[in-house]
Amino acid sequence: MTRKQRRMTIIGGSLAVLALAAALVLNALRDSIVFFSTPTMVAENHVQPGKRFRLGGLVQPGSLQRGDNLAVTFEVADGGAKLPVAYKGILPDLFREGQGVVAEGALDANGVFKADTVLAKHDETYMPKDVADALKKQGHWKDDYGAQAAGGAKPAATTAQGNSQGAVR
Amino acid sequence: MIAEAGHYALVLALALALIQSFVPMIGARLRDSALMNVARSTALAQLVFVGASFIALVTLHVNSDFSVANVYENSHSMKPLIYKITGVWGNHEGSMLLWVSILALFGGLVAAFGNNLPLSLRAHVLAVQAWIASAFYLFILITSNPFLRIVNPPIEGRDLNPVLQDIGLAVHPPMLYLGYVGFSISFSFAIAALIEGRIDAAWARWVRPWTLVAWIFLTLGIAMGSYWAYYELGWGGWWFWDPVENASLMPWLAGTALLHSALVMEKRNALKVWTILLSILTFSLSLLGTFLVRSGVITSVHAFANDPTRGVFILLILCLFIGGSLSLFAGRATSLKQGGLFAPISREGALVLNNLLLTVACAVVLFGTLYPLAMEVLADFKMSVGAPFYNLSFVPLFVLLLLAVPFGPMLAWKRGDLLGVTQRLLAAGVAGLVVIAIVWAWTRGGSALAPLAIGLGVFVIAGAATDLAERTGLFRLPFATTLRRARGLPRSAWGTVFAHAGLGVALIGIVCETTWNTEYIATMKPNDVAQVAGYDLKLDGLLERQGPNYREMIAQFNVSRDGEALSVMTPSKRSFTTRGSSTTEAALLTRGASQLYISLGDVTAEGAIAVRIYHKPLVLMIWWGPVLMAFGGVLSLSDRRLRVGAPKPARAKQRLQPAE
Repeated sequence: MTRKQRRMTIIGGSLAVLALAAALVLNALRDSIVFFSTPTMVAENHVQPGKRFRLGGLVQPGSLQRGDNLAVTFEVADGGAKLPVAYKGILPDLFREGQGVVAEGALDANGVFKADTVLAKHDETYMPKDVADALKKQGHWKDDYGAQAAGGAKPAATTAQGNSQGAVR
Repeated sequence: MIAEAGHYALVLALALALIQSFVPMIGARLRDSALMNVARSTALAQLVFVGASFIALVTLHVNSDFSVANVYENSHSMKPLIYKITGVWGNHEGSMLLWVSILALFGGLVAAFGNNLPLSLRAHVLAVQAWIASAFYLFILITSNPFLRIVNPPIEGRDLNPVLQDIGLAVHPPMLYLGYVGFSISFSFAIAALIEGRIDAAWARWVRPWTLVAWIFLTLGIAMGSYWAYYELGWGGWWFWDPVENASLMPWLAGTALLHSALVMEKRNALKVWTILLSILTFSLSLLGTFLVRSGVITSVHAFANDPTRGVFILLILCLFIGGSLSLFAGRATSLKQGGLFAPISREGALVLNNLLLTVACAVVLFGTLYPLAMEVLADFKMSVGAPFYNLSFVPLFVLLLLAVPFGPMLAWKRGDLLGVTQRLLAAGVAGLVVIAIVWAWTRGGSALAPLAIGLGVFVIAGAATDLAERTGLFRLPFATTLRRARGLPRSAWGTVFAHAGLGVALIGIVCETTWNTEYIATMKPNDVAQVAGYDLKLDGLLERQGPNYREMIAQFNVSRDGEALSVMTPSKRSFTTRGSSTTEAALLTRGASQLYISLGDVTAEGAIAVRIYHKPLVLMIWWGPVLMAFGGVLSLSDRRLRVGAPKPARAKQRLQPAE
């Protein structure tokens, strides 16, 4: 083999691997991306039942109800709309009423959001970054949410999980 | 007084770094050895001053001097001594100080042990180190000074984030930083080679041990972080594809590629330009990791309180170094001549394939990490890219890589015999197939992919063993000869065997844990019994206890199997009064490589407690794998050929010669 042929083999091989990777990435992007929504966005966009997404907002005070066998229901609100959430399992250490929460799952036929993962992923202001950004955009942000952050707070994060994969710490 | 001294020492270190940035460069231009030697003294002096600055901060934390803002915000007088020390880097300012301390340590090591380097190369390397150091000293002094005083000192501190009050904090960040920052050495060597416009095998012989040291620490650091998350966060996950984890995985992938390509360069004087590029990319990814973690663009346990100026500052550093080095590379790379011909099927070819797959896998992780950020900025919607994405994209690439791993070390340099190697690997392949069949028959059900993946893991391990057997002539030659050969085998060959086998071990652990993990979640009252994977766990009772800076509630479980009592497990939940937050301390029971795992939830109104119990089969193999890989790295490092300062066979060859 000449030098040129050898080089072409290597370049050809590289292109093949790159093409394979690009195909894998595009295929994975089609199936596995999870979008973030607030209850208002869910109401406006008519999200199909069964489509997985991440729901973010504030836990509506007084809405948390514990059932048998670790079943819990609560409502997530963003000032504009409310969405009932059902979850089975142990809630994270930092889950509180009136505080921010992100849950991952899908709507069922009755319009209840069945969460398989509840994340309380935020700093000590109990406000997940995604939720804070969404609330600010919708004009429901109150300054006192961020007031405690001034002292140089540091985050803690915990995650409760109903399935064996797919949560972000 | 101590705080001011620490601050002053840091300013002096910056001054020294600025001198080191320019004087040796001028010296190299003028061929003035006195000016070039300045780099050595300034690098060592820098180490002394940064070390003093770091010790000052440790002293302040140990003494609980709450007049210093950093101590007030992250410490508490009742905190155990070990956490007072580790709390130094459990916050943004302190961890950046640890970062520059380790950078200075590596610079000092090059200065101290670089006596057999050509003078101008050493001067250039240390100057580049000083550029990086200056940028980060400025960053600390301008945006994140750890020595700031509070005008009216409070009596008590705000305590360290409870999640971080764990022995993991003592090990994980220093290890990880030794890895991240260690790659700065290969970066500096690459830039120095580009500036000098010449590079040869001796260069690779110098770069490889440093890369290997960084790689060993990074491997252990990532594994340690993963195990820490596993037992501390309380729900048994050990890898989350979190951007921060990806930030450590990317330099690891690129660094692994660099280790292998430097091998080709050292042995065969080929792939020079590529090796230089990889050195630059590896450290660039380390910088990107620092940016992702420190800038607050993502939320995670690793992102401490942030302010936007810090993010902008680090972004500037990032652009300056990555942009600058890549431009230099683009301008100068063509002047480095290619050398060393090899056939596509050869050891070099296999290493090229290794590099290709590792860098492409790294690019996939980079894409998955940055895509959501880019979408948020450009298209203004939020989304997350999680495990499903990586399972479909990263995993297939890695499977290809693992399939190729046993072939690589057995191919000859220059021109290999693929058919011959395949024949010699037949036994390993059969071992893999037999295991697939056994697992298939034994488990019935579950994912069909799991037995295949376990078979792949066995193939990788058996392939590594085959390589060893071939080299020592096991079964072919008398046993005494085999032993003698094994003793004579270079340590780096043993290192390869262990590191590659480690991959297989980790793979088997990962597959078993994810496929056959048993989970049991319920509320339990005292004397209730939970049955998980053949074990009986009886809740004896709950008791309260006062810790140094927390209250904890302990649940006591009696674990038995088939009526035979095994052990007592005591998971607990700690509430830290100062921060008003709580942590879950999981209890672990190790049985062979498998573990039982209990973590606690809340107590209900009726006095029952929510518990989460897992049985995780072979889970420990996930971390034994990286430990084996690191052990392989250490063996390879101790190889005579790479030993720093060891007499080289031919001294004349060692001097850098212009590339032909």
